[in-house]
Amino acid sequence: MTALATQSLAASELLVQLKGISKAYKKGKEQVSVLSKLDLDIRRGDFLALMGPSGSGKTTLLNLLGGLDKPTAGELMIGGQRLDQMSSSQLTKWRARHVGFIFQFYNLMPVLTAEKNVELPLLLTNLSSKQRKHHVAAALELVGLSNRAKHYPSELSGGQEQRVAIARALVSDPDLLLCDEPTGDLDRATADEILSLLQTLNQQQQKTIIMVTHDPRAADHARHVLHMDKGALVDDGRVTDAEH
Amino acid sequence: MFNSITQIMVITLMNLRNLPQRLGTSSVAVFGVACVVGVFIGVLSMASGFQRTMVSAGADDVLIMMRAGATSEMSSGMGYDQTQLIANLPGVAKRDGKPVSSPELFVIVDIPMRNKDSNANAPLRGVEPMAFEVRKSFKIIEGRNFEPGKNELIVGRGAQKQFANLAVGSVVKFGQTEWTVVGAFESGGGLAESELWCDAKILQNAYRRGNSYQIVRVKLDDKNGLDTVKEAIAADPKFNLDVKRETDYLAEQSEPLSKFIKMVGYPLAILMALGAIFGAVNTMYTSVSNRTREIATLRAIGFGATPVAISTLVESLVLAVIGGVIGSIVVYFIFNGYTVSTLNFASFSQVVFDFAVTPDLLVQGVIFATVIGFIGGFFPAIRAARLPVATALREV
Repeated sequence: MTALATQSLAASELLVQLKGISKAYKKGKEQVSVLSKLDLDIRRGDFLALMGPSGSGKTTLLNLLGGLDKPTAGELMIGGQRLDQMSSSQLTKWRARHVGFIFQFYNLMPVLTAEKNVELPLLLTNLSSKQRKHHVAAALELVGLSNRAKHYPSELSGGQEQRVAIARALVSDPDLLLCDEPTGDLDRATADEILSLLQTLNQQQQKTIIMVTHDPRAADHARHVLHMDKGALVDDGRVTDAEH
Repeated sequence: MFNSITQIMVITLMNLRNLPQRLGTSSVAVFGVACVVGVFIGVLSMASGFQRTMVSAGADDVLIMMRAGATSEMSSGMGYDQTQLIANLPGVAKRDGKPVSSPELFVIVDIPMRNKDSNANAPLRGVEPMAFEVRKSFKIIEGRNFEPGKNELIVGRGAQKQFANLAVGSVVKFGQTEWTVVGAFESGGGLAESELWCDAKILQNAYRRGNSYQIVRVKLDDKNGLDTVKEAIAADPKFNLDVKRETDYLAEQSEPLSKFIKMVGYPLAILMALGAIFGAVNTMYTSVSNRTREIATLRAIGFGATPVAISTLVESLVLAVIGGVIGSIVVYFIFNGYTVSTLNFASFSQVVFDFAVTPDLLVQGVIFATVIGFIGGFFPAIRAARLPVATALREV
């Protein structure tokens, strides 16, 4: 089997499987259902945009996929591991190894330089200082910010901060990149740059990306778009191809 | 394990580097702890200074003999004959063939305080030449010693500082008798420095004490002499005495006031500590609240809840220790060596002593600060660890 064939087989395998996932919160004495019996399969190497009105459950779903929250019911399997059966500390360790987060407001540590911010996830690994430096440099180069490594977040533009955040999400080579409104705080031109970067990461690095967005133009950069409403997937979780 | 330590270090360093942004609330905590530690060390330095003054000049090889049942010099008394018998006991050291035995008379005189409109009880001690031999470190520092048979006084360094009109050359009147101050002395910083000394015979006449004394101090000829002396006293029915080592006697005398100072000081320090703990709790809750998104981000990346909690606790400890160190330094410079006087409950006379901010007390102060920091940081640390990550990530 050729390397190309292996790659194409890997790309087609399922990374995420959700079966009958429900999530409800307690609000006083009432149970508020946010997600209801959701089924969803996501292939490795996909770039999926999750769209829907506010309160439709997109972010809740993203939190479940990132191991930040646990479903009330159902099976949630990522990379062959049942997240719904993991304890809180197991989920913490799982997140460190398998997920990279990209947030709307970048969430960089203001007291750390760009390179130190990017290095954070690597501090949870057994890599040596030299190896960490090497990985950080590669990640910053990938997002085009090698020349800003020593700058603090306050010395960077919004777009640059988001690139640092992307480098931080990428640096430990996670299976899954989860983006919560990654361009929500950026102007159009910068947003397009960030989305192009994500697209490149998906196409050239085969990164699986799941992006929550309100912005249809942002969703256009994804391979597939999934619509949610009132805690359920529209069209029973069948994904639609984005228009390119 | 190594990974957890790395996490704690990384988060703690970030927290500490964030401190300038939270200077106001952090300063409140530091100031609160500094005040508490200041009061704590201040009070204890008073007690330790008093104790040191009482005990430091005492010697293990000096015995104090009082009438049986007497609890202090004030309530003791013995005749000349008895003092002579004591001097000749086996085990008493001799110098130039004479026993090192010092019969002493002790009265209290009313004397004006320096810079105050009030009088105090000053101890006036009548001594004989052997009194200077039996003391561990006695030194005339100004003027000269009194001459036997004359109404002359020498005054302790501490007494001179606290009581008025005791400059060398001045004349003071106690009752109907006038005394000339002819010298000042030091005695190793001990209790004697609070006293005025004169010739025992003159004092006996002035206060119509006949030929009586109150106590006798004797120097032992070797370290094991106490038992010999005690056995000799027990064997002779002419004696009706209590015998104690000078160090033990002075320690007993210092106990009531030391206890009183601590009894007032500890509750005061604890009450203030409660206030400081609330300050620290408030500061740390604010710190956690200000860093909610940072903490949530770190948790999302994969940092553990325990390192987050411990780093919050460490921050609290660091602030408290800074406060403790500041409090200790300030108190050291203000109080160490500061001279005051107070009534010694045991003798009903003034004791002049210096506040003693000892290294031990400084360590105790910092430990106290650490306890405040730990309690103050504990609940905020738990809050930091239990922060709901998904919700906290969206906080702006």
